Amino acid sequence: MSRMLNKIAIITGAASNPGLGYSTVMRFAQEGAKLVITDIDMVGLAAVEKEITAMGAEVLAMEQNVVDEQRWQEVIDATVERFGGLDVLVNNAGIAVLKPISEYTQADYNMQMDVNLRSVFLGCQKAVPAMKDSGGGSIVNMSSVAGMRAMAAVSVYGMAKAGVQILSKCVAIEHAADGVRCNSLHPGLIETNIQNDARRDNPEGHAQLGTMVPFGRMGYPEEVANCVLFLASDEASYVTGAELVVDGGLIAG
Amino acid sequence: MTYTKKTINPTIAIDFTDQVVLVTGAGAGLGYSCAVAFANAGAKLVVTDISREGLDKVVQELKNSGTEVLGLLNDVTHSSDVNAMLEAIVRRFGRLDIAVNNAGIATPLQEFHEVSEAEFDRVMAVNLKGVWLCMQAEIRQMLKQGRGRIVNMASATSRNTYPNASPYVTSKFAVAGLTRTVAVEYANRDIRINAICPGNVATPLVVSLVDDLSVLAKKHAMNRLGTPEEVANGVMFLASDLSSFSTGSLLEVDGGWNAI
Repeated sequence: MSRMLNKIAIITGAASNPGLGYSTVMRFAQEGAKLVITDIDMVGLAAVEKEITAMGAEVLAMEQNVVDEQRWQEVIDATVERFGGLDVLVNNAGIAVLKPISEYTQADYNMQMDVNLRSVFLGCQKAVPAMKDSGGGSIVNMSSVAGMRAMAAVSVYGMAKAGVQILSKCVAIEHAADGVRCNSLHPGLIETNIQNDARRDNPEGHAQLGTMVPFGRMGYPEEVANCVLFLASDEASYVTGAELVVDGGLIAG
Repeated sequence: MTYTKKTINPTIAIDFTDQVVLVTGAGAGLGYSCAVAFANAGAKLVVTDISREGLDKVVQELKNSGTEVLGLLNDVTHSSDVNAMLEAIVRRFGRLDIAVNNAGIATPLQEFHEVSEAEFDRVMAVNLKGVWLCMQAEIRQMLKQGRGRIVNMASATSRNTYPNASPYVTSKFAVAGLTRTVAVEYANRDIRINAICPGNVATPLVVSLVDDLSVLAKKHAMNRLGTPEEVANGVMFLASDLSSFSTGSLLEVDGGWNAI
């Protein structure tokens, strides 16, 4: 399998297992990518690094708080230094602070918007010059169906994810001539750690959400990773500014 | 075609060996490219078209490449034709795994107040009722099998405007709504239904409408038209298990048209 052969890819939020970042890392490794994996959790990241190194993938693991602008530049520079360029960025790192609007504190708000939106802006901003130098590239931003439809207790999370959607389109438009593609991916309910957090914060509401999926089940992280792979690879060479939904029919229903 | 800096290799590596794939309107354009792409990926093909000439051409080419193929002269606007098509498919192959409802037409570009009722009816009959009838027949068979994959050919104009193409845009908006609604109805019966929204590709349909293709290119952020292969890649993605958690989704393959 070589759909990402020798492509140099950065994936943020790569440590969380089960998670979308981890599944994407595994999928990219299977397809021959050279990987830069980052996370704030160095223990989890070391485990992922070990796993994909054993698969024979070339990998650079870096601690990264995605809200730190300077660290973004360091990650990009280290990628170019180690692998000689940058082809793919998957802005995956994210958190879910889910609570009613009335209970939101300013600190909750700031953290949610920083980690889920400002980080994506920074990643796109810092990655584009390196991609231009590499002759083009593909950015996949992890949004959510929560950025497209209103759901209870999802206000600021959804605002951040809606921001990711329009940011992705703007990056797509501004840098189409540079050969840089940028798309947003919108998972529905997927069996990841973030769902475990949501289940903990709002067990009743969360259980109700689960029954709303027309497929009758939540998605698996691997099913989202396959979509990331499609958007990241040359198979999607005419796809930019698009919003790909992977939700078992949730928002169509 | 401004962007050629990096060599793009848009060949998709999805295996459809022995899958029975129907492509309507396969005699030319995107349907033709989809049929060839599925054939290259190992599928058994059912190709239909209203034009004998186009149909014979694609059937011959697929045969030459060693593909098992059934060609059917078919008018998607008649339920009797469409039902006969499904009967022929089941008779020949015993099942239908994947259907690409692609057959579509457009009227010459003209202002809304000049469009004749006959033109409106004709576009809606092929682009909307055709998909509606095909999906009905396909789903009846897929329910018997307990599994199926449908990809409808929508358009970038399923979500955006195209002045002077009001019948076409109307029909493609409707295809998007139809896709999403029906997808939900069968979501828990392992029938996945999605649509692809291509930007402009230099197909016979597009070339017949527009004199200067470079004007069209400017609608797309990439400032170029798509290739038939790029659209076929999107169709194959939606038809494959790579998109196993997607139903009722619309995938843009439009060079950034809809983002603008």
